[in-house]
Amino acid sequence: MIRSEIIKNLVPVLKDQLVVCNIGLPSQELHMMGDQPSNFYMLGTMGLCSSIGLGLALTQKAKVISIDGDGSILTNLGTLPTIANNVAHNFILLIIDNGSYGSTGDQPTYTGMKTSLAKVAEACGCDNVIECQAEEAVNVMKTAIAGDKMTIIVCKCESGNIPVPVIELDGPVIRHRFMEEVKRKNA
Amino acid sequence: MDINQAILDSLAKNNVEFVTTVPCKQLAGVIEKVENDKRFMHVPSNKEDEGMGLCAGAFMGGKRPCIIMQNTAVGVTVNTLASLTQFYNMPLPMLISYRGELGERVAIQAEMAVHTKALLAQLNIQTYHFHKPEDVTELDAILHHTFMTRKPTAILTDSNFWGGY
Ligand SMILES: [Mg+2]
Repeated sequence: MIRSEIIKNLVPVLKDQLVVCNIGLPSQELHMMGDQPSNFYMLGTMGLCSSIGLGLALTQKAKVISIDGDGSILTNLGTLPTIANNVAHNFILLIIDNGSYGSTGDQPTYTGMKTSLAKVAEACGCDNVIECQAEEAVNVMKTAIAGDKMTIIVCKCESGNIPVPVIELDGPVIRHRFMEEVKRKNA
Repeated sequence: MDINQAILDSLAKNNVEFVTTVPCKQLAGVIEKVENDKRFMHVPSNKEDEGMGLCAGAFMGGKRPCIIMQNTAVGVTVNTLASLTQFYNMPLPMLISYRGELGERVAIQAEMAVHTKALLAQLNIQTYHFHKPEDVTELDAILHHTFMTRKPTAILTDSNFWGGY
């Protein structure tokens, strides 16, 4: 199973949730398969998906799901200690770990070699780290959404991409419609 | 005048509730005060672009953010300022210690000091330079302007402002 299949399977589970989605193909796939105003698509700044999600989770009540990747977590590895030490129980970080930089042509990352992001997250102090296989993603996510604990999910899958169109929404439009959803959920 | 207290009071007056910091020797006092002031949620970050990500999330969560960092971070965060803060029209006051100015004792600090204003100008970031302690009285208006315009703002604070090394 590749990332786009995981995202496709997750779309019904993510319905009406606040989702912060990683730069590049993950956002394009989510946009193509399950666009909704409560999705925040990062169109730039690789690595900051988990930071944006944590900042959002710490400042309002609704559940926040960051869909991140192995490459971008490696880019911003300092995010994991920050997450571990500033616990937001309404925060779910899903790291889709395909062992490659998918959006740039599947160049291998170190997580496909010796590096375990689940172990890194635990060593950083994250309490509730779950490593799962692609097939288990939906059930693990359902449990995390139903639960009341901050959860870090490292979901292993194969690398590979499908053709997807670019996102043509303007940044302020994405931001505005997302913030309206945040307001609605906190009203 | 207690500059640190004046800074915190201006932040609070402008409803800033979320502060992230990356330390600088010159900022030690204000960071300690932020940590101990119940008016603010203080989330230290490990790198300034990470901090800007946290601030973007906090803003969308309904809390006005501020980042406190050193001017060397202007070099670190060019892409984030352009592709996140500016692209999505988000306000972000950046309280920046301006190392490498008059009175500096560490020569290498001047290397980024000479690029700081040029980089900010290249990014079209509204920039203010606090040189004397009383300049802190402008912070209130700068913060108001930052949130009104929904743009990043750089407040450069040099050694003289902080009372020398
Ligand atoms: Mg990847």
